[in-house]
Amino acid sequence: MSDPLDAPLIELKDVRFGYGERTVLDGLDLTVPRGQILAVMGGSGNGKTSLLGLLGGRNIAWSGSVRVDGQEVGRLNGSSLYALRRRMGMLFQFGALFTDLSVFDNVAFPYREQTNLPEAVIRDLVLMKLEAVGLRGAADSAPSQLSGGMARRVALARAIALDPMLMLYDEPFTGLDPISAGIIGRLIKRLNAAFGMTSLIVTHDVNETLRIADRIVLVSNGRIVRDMTPQEVRESDDLFIRQFADGLPDGPVPFHYPAPSYARQLLGEGSAHA
Amino acid sequence: MLDLLAGLGAFTLSVLARLGLAARFSCSVLARVFGSLRRTGLLVREIHFAGVRSLAIILVSGLFVGMVLAVQGYEVLQRFGSADALGSLVALSLVRELGPVVAALLFAGRAGSAVTAEIGLMRATEQLAAMDMMAVDPISRVVAPRFLAAVVSLPLLAVIFSSAGVIGAYLVGVELIGIDAGAFWSQMRASVDFRLDVLNGLFKALVFGVAVGLISVFEGYHAAPTAEGVSSATTRTVVISSLSVLTLDFILTVLMFRGLN
Repeated sequence: MSDPLDAPLIELKDVRFGYGERTVLDGLDLTVPRGQILAVMGGSGNGKTSLLGLLGGRNIAWSGSVRVDGQEVGRLNGSSLYALRRRMGMLFQFGALFTDLSVFDNVAFPYREQTNLPEAVIRDLVLMKLEAVGLRGAADSAPSQLSGGMARRVALARAIALDPMLMLYDEPFTGLDPISAGIIGRLIKRLNAAFGMTSLIVTHDVNETLRIADRIVLVSNGRIVRDMTPQEVRESDDLFIRQFADGLPDGPVPFHYPAPSYARQLLGEGSAHA
Repeated sequence: MLDLLAGLGAFTLSVLARLGLAARFSCSVLARVFGSLRRTGLLVREIHFAGVRSLAIILVSGLFVGMVLAVQGYEVLQRFGSADALGSLVALSLVRELGPVVAALLFAGRAGSAVTAEIGLMRATEQLAAMDMMAVDPISRVVAPRFLAAVVSLPLLAVIFSSAGVIGAYLVGVELIGIDAGAFWSQMRASVDFRLDVLNGLFKALVFGVAVGLISVFEGYHAAPTAEGVSSATTRTVVISSLSVLTLDFILTVLMFRGLN
């Protein structure tokens, strides 16, 4: 390895992870170079959110290696894990703003907790971050007064407060109208370039993803089954990708959860009550 | 029969696992208490929420309990011609038992349940996870100050409860029934011992504060992240706190007033 900055920011090798008896990730390999916006797509329950947990050190892999900026996340102790997290930002699915603090205080939270900056400096920094997401005017509002899209933009301002090297986005478009989703998408792209970050987006919103991602990977059955650029996704006639990109209910990914024969069950065999 | 045994075993195991979880959690909270002492702003806010905002219910309840004690106490005492002892009866009942116990039960219902619901909802809406991802320990920032607020507030609330009770008893006993005011106060002063009664009562309230505080934050922190999970955690806080307070009260009373022999 010559220059450490050439090394990929994220390296996952043969990662296995699950909850209790259920395996969610089964031999997942993924490498993300610095500066890239990577979208991880896949149906619900395919371990996309678990992947974010592994990168943030909230989940520990059963086996395999999870490296962020050269550090093996699962082996870090409390204080070095927190040191790594200070260089990461995470946008939660519904923002996860602190409901007992105002918008301003939410964005000021990381500065007040992690730095000794004087309040006047914090004020300027908070206003800058809020300006970056277009919500400087809402500084005095309570989180409960914001719409879903606005709350997520405030959460984004809070997540980038300490200028992280890596941003993790958990379903950033879910539950938003197309305009708000578009705003969030453009912000992700703009902030990634402006702050020299690397972004990993877990999502199933195909339209927004195709617009902003540099690279898209599809996760199924605990591993990465496709790895391509947005252009390749648009042009692909692969059944699996078409099902995903066009939102077809049935295809290689079945509509039905595994079940006993329908006819037999209607005749009273198998369980499901009575 | 075997099913019954298996069910019993599974139940015992789950109770033991929960107790172990609670013990580990309590240790991690206690380890962070001193750190949260330095964050006075947070602590003051929580004491305001848990303590100051419980004042109304504590004052009113204390007043009524004192008034009822006076009526009932007078009924019994005057049969033996010792109605003058009403002051000491009321004061001893309040300071030794009713002050700490009833204040703790009310506190669990008013503040403990609110703390559980608040922490449970913070967990359900990923606020605790977000804090953790921002490299801020939620146990130090959210849990420890709320626990400490309960420990600080409850002894003070117990004192206020007892004082309100004595005033209530005075109003009914002296002003309404007509016992001699001098006898009421002097009997009280003669029979209430500072160390044996007042300090023991305060110590009880402190122990109850630790118990109710730990139960409230534990149930909130481990609530299932659903509406049902938060509501059942809130219920458990009130039920478990009340039972623990009454059990602890019995143990403490035996140790304090009957000695160890």
